[in-house]
Amino acid sequence: MSETSATTTPTGITGASILLDHVTKRFPGQVKPAVDGLTMEIPAGKIVMFVGPSGCGKTTTLKMINRLIEPTEGRIVVDGDDVTEMNGDTLRRGIGYVIQAGGLFPHMTVATNIGIVPKMLGWDKARIAARVDELLELVSLDPALYRDRYPKELSGGQQQRVGVARALAADPPVLLMDEPFGAVDPITRLRLQDELLNIQDELQKTIVCVTHDFDEAVKLGDWIAIFNEGAQLEQYDTPERILGDPASEFVENFIGSGAGLKQLTLTRVEEVGLAEAVVGNPGERAADVLARVAEAGHGHAVIVDDRRRPIQWLSRRKLGRLDVISDVPDPKLPVVGIRATLNDALDTMLVSSAGAALVTGRRDMFKGVIDVQTVMDAITRSQTAAVLESDQAPVGLNTGMFQVQASAASAASAASVDSVAEAADELAADTRAAQ
Amino acid sequence: MWDFLGDRYEQILFSGWQHFSLVVQCLILATVLAVVLAALVYRSKALTSVANSVSAIGLTIPAFALIGLLIAPLGFGVAPAVIVVAFFATLPILRNAVVGLSGIAPSIVESARGIGMSRFRTLVQVELPMAWPIILTGVRVSAQMVMGIAAVAAYSLGPGLGGFIFSGLSRSGGANSLESVLTGVIGVIVLALILDLLLVGLGRLTIPRGIRV
Repeated sequence: MSETSATTTPTGITGASILLDHVTKRFPGQVKPAVDGLTMEIPAGKIVMFVGPSGCGKTTTLKMINRLIEPTEGRIVVDGDDVTEMNGDTLRRGIGYVIQAGGLFPHMTVATNIGIVPKMLGWDKARIAARVDELLELVSLDPALYRDRYPKELSGGQQQRVGVARALAADPPVLLMDEPFGAVDPITRLRLQDELLNIQDELQKTIVCVTHDFDEAVKLGDWIAIFNEGAQLEQYDTPERILGDPASEFVENFIGSGAGLKQLTLTRVEEVGLAEAVVGNPGERAADVLARVAEAGHGHAVIVDDRRRPIQWLSRRKLGRLDVISDVPDPKLPVVGIRATLNDALDTMLVSSAGAALVTGRRDMFKGVIDVQTVMDAITRSQTAAVLESDQAPVGLNTGMFQVQASAASAASAASVDSVAEAADELAADTRAAQ
Repeated sequence: MWDFLGDRYEQILFSGWQHFSLVVQCLILATVLAVVLAALVYRSKALTSVANSVSAIGLTIPAFALIGLLIAPLGFGVAPAVIVVAFFATLPILRNAVVGLSGIAPSIVESARGIGMSRFRTLVQVELPMAWPIILTGVRVSAQMVMGIAAVAAYSLGPGLGGFIFSGLSRSGGANSLESVLTGVIGVIVLALILDLLLVGLGRLTIPRGIRV
C-alpha cells in the first residue's frame, strides 16, 4: 500500500485519499447485501458526491468510511493506512462528520460543540478557544455574537454552519457529510452550498457527501458516484461527463429532464469570453455616444455612473432620440454577476428579452456583455471537452457484477473491462502507475 | 396546640431535620441507583419494558406492608426505614430516566459517535445531560412521595416526624393526641414544600439554558 500513500499530493491539498477495497455490508436478517463488493477510490482534496435513490446503500457506504457501520467484508484504506482494524473512536476523531441539521448537542453552547473533538484530543483551553473563533469566522458567523449561544438560539442555516465548523475543528483530512443541507430552506441551501465551495477552495479537504438532490451533486461535486440498489456503481465520473454522456439508462433517468440546462450550472460567467461594449457617461451628448456606437458597429451603448456601475443600456434608436444622456438608472437593466452561472445569465437574458445581459464584477463594476451566442458556444465546447477528458477518472466498480461494470467501465475510461477488473485487484496504485 | 409546639420545640426541629435528612440521603442513593439501572436497560426494548413494569408494579406495594416484612430480617431501627424509602424513591426516577434516555433523537447519538465519542462518553456527556431535566422531574415526584413514606417508616422506629403521628394515633382521644398527629402531618408537608423548592433550584443550576423549557 505504500505506493498509494506515496501518491503525489499537489501542494495546498490537506485532504487524504480514501480507498474502499471490495467492501461488502450485509445486515442481519437481509438476504441481499446493502453494499455488494464495492471497490472505489476517492481522490485526495476532491468533493465526491454519492447520489442514488433512497435505500441504494449510499449512506451505508458513507458510514463505512468512518466505520459507524462496520463492513462485513473488505478493507477501508485512508491515506494509505488500513483503518479496518483500528479503534473506531480514534478513527472517527480524525474524520469530520456532518449530518442533517448539524447534529449539534442542544445542551452545549456553540463554542463547546465546536471544541468537543479538540477537547477529546487533549488540546489546551486557550488553543481550543482560538480554534473555535477561527472556525466561526470561517463559516461566516461572528464569534463574539454566536460563541455562547445554544443551538436552539440559531436558525437552521446557522446550526448547519456550526455543524460544519465542528466537523472541521481538529482539522481532519477527510470530511463526511450525510445529506448536510437537507433540512434547510432552498435559499439558505444555495448559500450554504456556495460557502462550502468557498471553504473547500481554501482548505482542499477530501469531502464525501451523500445527497439525493442531483442538482446539488452537480453543483458541489468534482466527481459524482451514482448508485443503484446494493450500492451498485452505475457511473462514477465528472458532472460534465455524467450529464454529457450518461453511462446507462438508469443514470439518464436519474438525471431527469433538462440535462442540457443543468450543464449550464457548471460554467460561470467569468469562464466564458465577454463581448466589449461602447460605454458612455451621464451628461454626455447622445449624438457623440451614437457616433461611437456606429463606429464600433454595435447596436447599443452602456451608460455607467462615476463608479462604473451600469445604469442604462441604450439602443441606437433611443440614442438618436435623446439630446443629453440622463443619470436616471433603469431599474429593469439585465445584470448578472461575474460569479453567476451561465444558467443564471441565460435566465436574466430571457427575462429581459434583450438576448444579452450586462456582466458586473466586484463592487458592481461593469465588465462586459454576455449574449445567447456566447452561452451556446460554451455548451458546445463543454460537450466536446466532456467526451475527450476523463483519463484521471478514479477507480470505482462492484466486483462480481461484470454486466454493470462493463458499461460503467467503458464510459469511465477507454480501458477494457479486463484492465479495470485487474485494477480492482491490484488496487488504485497500479492504475495510477499504468497511466 | 401552641403549648404543644412550644414545649416540644427542640424535639420537633430535631425530628424534622432527621426526617429531611433521611429523605434526601435516600433520594441521592435512589437517583444514582435509578440512573445506573436505566443506563443498563434503555438500549434494549425488552429490558426497558421490564424496568417499566417493575416500577409500575413496585409502586402498588403498600409501604406499610413492606416495612413490616423487612422488620423480620433486619429488626427495628434505621436499616428497614432506609431500604423502604430508597426503594420507593427509585421507582419514579427509574421510569423517568428510562423515558428520558430512550427519548433522545437517534441523530444526536449518531453524531456523537460520528465525531469519535465512545459509547460511555456519549452516555455521560450527551445522553445523561440531555435526559437530566426528565430525570430531575422524576426526582421531584419521588421526593413528594417518599416524604410521606418516610413518616410511615417511623413504624420501624426509624428516625423522623412519623413518630409524632404514630404516638398521637396510638393515644387517640388522649391529651395532646390530635396536636401530636397534626404536628407530624404538617411538618411533613412543610418539609416536602421546602425540598421541592430546593429541587427546583437545583434544576435552575444544573439544567443548561439550551435545553431548559
